[in-house]
Amino acid sequence: MSNHSPILNIKSVSKDFGAVSALSNVDLQVHAGEVVALVGDNGAGKSTLVKILAGVHQASSGAIEFQGKSESLATPRAALKLGIATVFQDLALCENLDVVSNIFLGQELKPFQLDEVSMEVKAWTLLNELSARIPNVRSVVASLSGGQRQTVAIARSLLLDPKIIILDEPTAALGVAQTAEVLNLIERVRDRGLGIIMVSHNMEDVRAVADRIVVLRLGKNNGIFTSKSSNQELVGAITGASENVVTKREKRLKNQSNSTREK
Amino acid sequence: MLTKSNNESSQTSPLDRSDSRVNHSDDFKGMIANFFGRIKSGDLGSLPVIIGLIVIWTVFSIMNPVFLSSRNLVNLLFDSSIVGVIALGIVCVLMLGEIDLSVGSMSGVGSAIIGVLWVNMGAPLPIAIITAIISGAIVGALYGSLRNRLGMPSFVSTLSGLLALLGLQLYMLGRTGSINLPYGSSMVNFGQLMVVPAWLSYCIAIIPAVVIIFNGLRSISKRQRMNLSPGSKKLLFIKATLITITLLGIMYYLNLGRGLPWMFTLFICLVVLMDYALTRTQWGRFMKAVGGNAEAARRAGVNVKKITISAFVVCSSLAALGGVMAASRLASASQQAGTGDVNLNAIAAAVIGGTSLFGGRGSAYSALLGIIVIQSISNGLTLLNLSSSFRFMITGAVLAIAVIIDSLARQSRASHGQA
Repeated sequence: MSNHSPILNIKSVSKDFGAVSALSNVDLQVHAGEVVALVGDNGAGKSTLVKILAGVHQASSGAIEFQGKSESLATPRAALKLGIATVFQDLALCENLDVVSNIFLGQELKPFQLDEVSMEVKAWTLLNELSARIPNVRSVVASLSGGQRQTVAIARSLLLDPKIIILDEPTAALGVAQTAEVLNLIERVRDRGLGIIMVSHNMEDVRAVADRIVVLRLGKNNGIFTSKSSNQELVGAITGASENVVTKREKRLKNQSNSTREK
Repeated sequence: MLTKSNNESSQTSPLDRSDSRVNHSDDFKGMIANFFGRIKSGDLGSLPVIIGLIVIWTVFSIMNPVFLSSRNLVNLLFDSSIVGVIALGIVCVLMLGEIDLSVGSMSGVGSAIIGVLWVNMGAPLPIAIITAIISGAIVGALYGSLRNRLGMPSFVSTLSGLLALLGLQLYMLGRTGSINLPYGSSMVNFGQLMVVPAWLSYCIAIIPAVVIIFNGLRSISKRQRMNLSPGSKKLLFIKATLITITLLGIMYYLNLGRGLPWMFTLFICLVVLMDYALTRTQWGRFMKAVGGNAEAARRAGVNVKKITISAFVVCSSLAALGGVMAASRLASASQQAGTGDVNLNAIAAAVIGGTSLFGGRGSAYSALLGIIVIQSISNGLTLLNLSSSFRFMITGAVLAIAVIIDSLARQSRASHGQA
């Protein structure tokens, strides 16, 4: 098992937008066959981190190691090639194209004489592996429901046999049954030995599938939890509720009394 | 386990027929029903333009029977080819949701280059033609770069290009303002006289059916092998037969007059080529994707900037080629070439043919259908001895109607959950 060395190792990555530092010295590890949930309040830097990993933005400083090698992730294409597939919150599907074209966008077989039949077969295979319920892969994406679009986006990310899939708010727009389906989907993908980074606001979903829960707050790491951690702990870390004047004072008094006792 | 159970179920039904919730109508009756369903939901395709064409032709032939004579139709095809080629380029930029307002001036520059290089300076004709097309490509690359690097809206960059290129055209033509091409040269014959021999025109009429049946059978056998629903052979043959009968009829009628112009054949070849590029290649897929959702395309790894430049390059190159054809049709390179209504006719043709102004939807054939509508109106009104004032007004009205149909169909598609 190569579980001991992470596939993806993010070391003190920072990202500045002008005077605003969206991320400062963030660390994150992802192993094969592991679901890592990335949680945090609005503006915590989750989406920025996702975009850096997808190659949409570039980190201002810090290092990203993929399978032990340092990588730059200069473009979306570079990230894809490396084996990092991203499913964005807005799914980034072209509504005017059909399901097959969307799944294969940028990866078409035979660029000068598109092999539609093979692409359709591969699309069906991917969708069936996910036990997806897409009635017709030749219908345009505009005619699909939210859950179906999510499935298409996930199927697309699996096309290149990635090592890591990043899901940005996969359940945000979904109903109860569809959410359960997507969670099943995530577990199925994990069982194939892929690393998954899942960004979510929904603590219930996060705890249902995540092996580790990494909390970001104001662009910094703010603790790592497991699904066994209590809701209070999690929410405290996310909102920073456990870190205010009162707690700080208590901590200081405690430290003082400890040190006096040691003396 | 999972894949195994899938394989088992797929042995009974093809991969794409395993979902019972979808209506699959593979027979002829189902196809007709599908067709009406699509129209109801606002996926009109080329239907409005075909209906429009029938109405226009009926009205004009009632008002002047000469209109439908084969002699007049051959002339109509000669005239259609030039703006048709330009409209083909417009389809490309419209596909991205951009516009090129300078195609008229660009075609003027193209024709001026032919005059200056070939007639005045005595350069070989092929070199003059290639120079014209390359200069078009350069102008297109410039528009594309302005769009990419400076974010300059193509509406503005090409509007300024319209003026600048017009100036270039006038400068090149010098004080006389017009250069005559030698009569009797192959160039002028191509634009005014040369037609496809009758036997060859009938052969050409059969080609589409051969291609349809060949490709269709290949795809059916491949789909069968891959365990997809193959589609119906009967439909394929019905389609091929209908197309062949129509084309043979058209050829027969044209051959009663002078016959099929070579210039129009060139236009058709370009249309077919463009259709292949747009529907069967990765480039075409990228064009549609960028036109539909540029950010999504970028994140999927599409080089959006390259695609944008390619669209403008193709458009301006085709405009320059249209200018070359105009020179051969008029036997001169003059200050008038490419001015007046050429610009708007080309854009109107693409839109009337069914290419959306909003990007992401369109086909090469819309240039063909659209230009025949535009040219029919212009030709018919000329036959009725109506002045160009009426022609402008009526063409303008037709363009407005086409855009209205486009936006209405778009709204209807949105409410029926289709792109």
